[in-house]
Amino acid sequence: MSWLLANLDMVLSLTLDHIWLSVVPIVLGFLLAVPIGAIANRYHLVRGTLVTASGILYAVPSLALFVLLPSIIGTQILDPLNVIIALTLYAVALMVRTTADALADVEPDVIQSAKAMGYSTWGRLVRVELPLSGPVLLAGMRVVAVSTVSLVSVGALIGVNSLGYLFIDGFQRNFPLEILVGIIGTVVIALVFDGLLVLMGRFLLPWSRITRTNGRLIVVQDDPVVINP
Amino acid sequence: MNNWLDALAWLVDPENLTGPGGVPARTVEHLGYTLLTLVIAAAIALPIGYLIGHTGRGRGLAVAVSGGFRALPTLGLVTVLALLMGLGILAPLTALVILAIPPLLAGAYAGVGAVERSTIDSARAVGMTEWQVFAQVELPLSLPLAISGLRSATLQVIATWTVAAILPVGGLGRFMLDGLPVRNYAEVLGGAIVVILLALVIDAVLAGTQRIVIPRGVKALRLASKRMHA
Repeated sequence: MSWLLANLDMVLSLTLDHIWLSVVPIVLGFLLAVPIGAIANRYHLVRGTLVTASGILYAVPSLALFVLLPSIIGTQILDPLNVIIALTLYAVALMVRTTADALADVEPDVIQSAKAMGYSTWGRLVRVELPLSGPVLLAGMRVVAVSTVSLVSVGALIGVNSLGYLFIDGFQRNFPLEILVGIIGTVVIALVFDGLLVLMGRFLLPWSRITRTNGRLIVVQDDPVVINP
Repeated sequence: MNNWLDALAWLVDPENLTGPGGVPARTVEHLGYTLLTLVIAAAIALPIGYLIGHTGRGRGLAVAVSGGFRALPTLGLVTVLALLMGLGILAPLTALVILAIPPLLAGAYAGVGAVERSTIDSARAVGMTEWQVFAQVELPLSLPLAISGLRSATLQVIATWTVAAILPVGGLGRFMLDGLPVRNYAEVLGGAIVVILLALVIDAVLAGTQRIVIPRGVKALRLASKRMHA
């Protein structure tokens, strides 16, 4: 406890690093994946390619991706950008599949009705199909958020600071408490993000309350776990 | 571009292809660790998962526990257990078994959960015992999701064993974590390429298995259940 008090500044600053490194990939991942998922849902040929590509991307171990990126995009090995880009890629890989599946699950009758009411393709996507897919997208984003927060700490192995630094430092100093502080901090960030997403869901998708549990189970089934360290 | 040539040269250097620290030996180690982790995790997770799926009890708890475990940072779990349990294989093995349980568990109970209720009721109606209902109906029909859980767990275990090379253990993570501090990027990149290839090959093998073991008729059911979820 006294260690935590003495090092509070460092822990807080690492926490802020950790939050920053997770928020960017989570938000970017969503913004990129939804249009790509919509394209995947519309064109079947593209869908197969995109789903396969996400599957392959998803299988790449995070540490390997972190050290590979500098040679692909020309960043420095210590650049936090490597972690941000790698985690964004994972988020996109997961959410493209989720978005495409969610859009494909919209009842054909509903789509026919929207067409009959005169919605354009684009208007139908934004005003009908995406809102109806909301609960599944939200469930996907909860998985993305929690696993991103957990993965950020692996970046500490390539020298990108986050709460993961406490794991390595604590390990080298033989000081389990420091590691525990890091674990608790990471889990708390993950829970706060998850809670925020649930709140946003309540606010933005008031019609989804009944299917919410159901939505979560769908993702658990389709892709049981997303922690890909 | 130079980096890639260096990595390639590193990969074909005979010195890196032989002996206990060579690529083949490390790959075998990595596969061995992964298999051991999965066998132990499956021995714990599958009976519990199928019990939850068969009885329908404890599902909420299992979902909550799986979700909570997902938030645990793997690197933190690996390092703290190493300090508490000592260096050696046992600490990372324990950490990885803990991390591999949720996807296997979720695959098992979700797999049974996805079986049509009427199919199970019919099995009972024709006089099957509870064991027969499980072994001849629920188990085969659960395979698509159960193996998808196994795929997730496998990818995660392969990935986390590379991270676990922060401890003095073998496996393919050695190349990356030994090369980084001495700036031997050819070794780092070479190691990364090998572990990525390993993960892709194993995932492809499991994807193939998933297709082969699915009994006829399940594909139709899968489509039906997918429609149901909408």
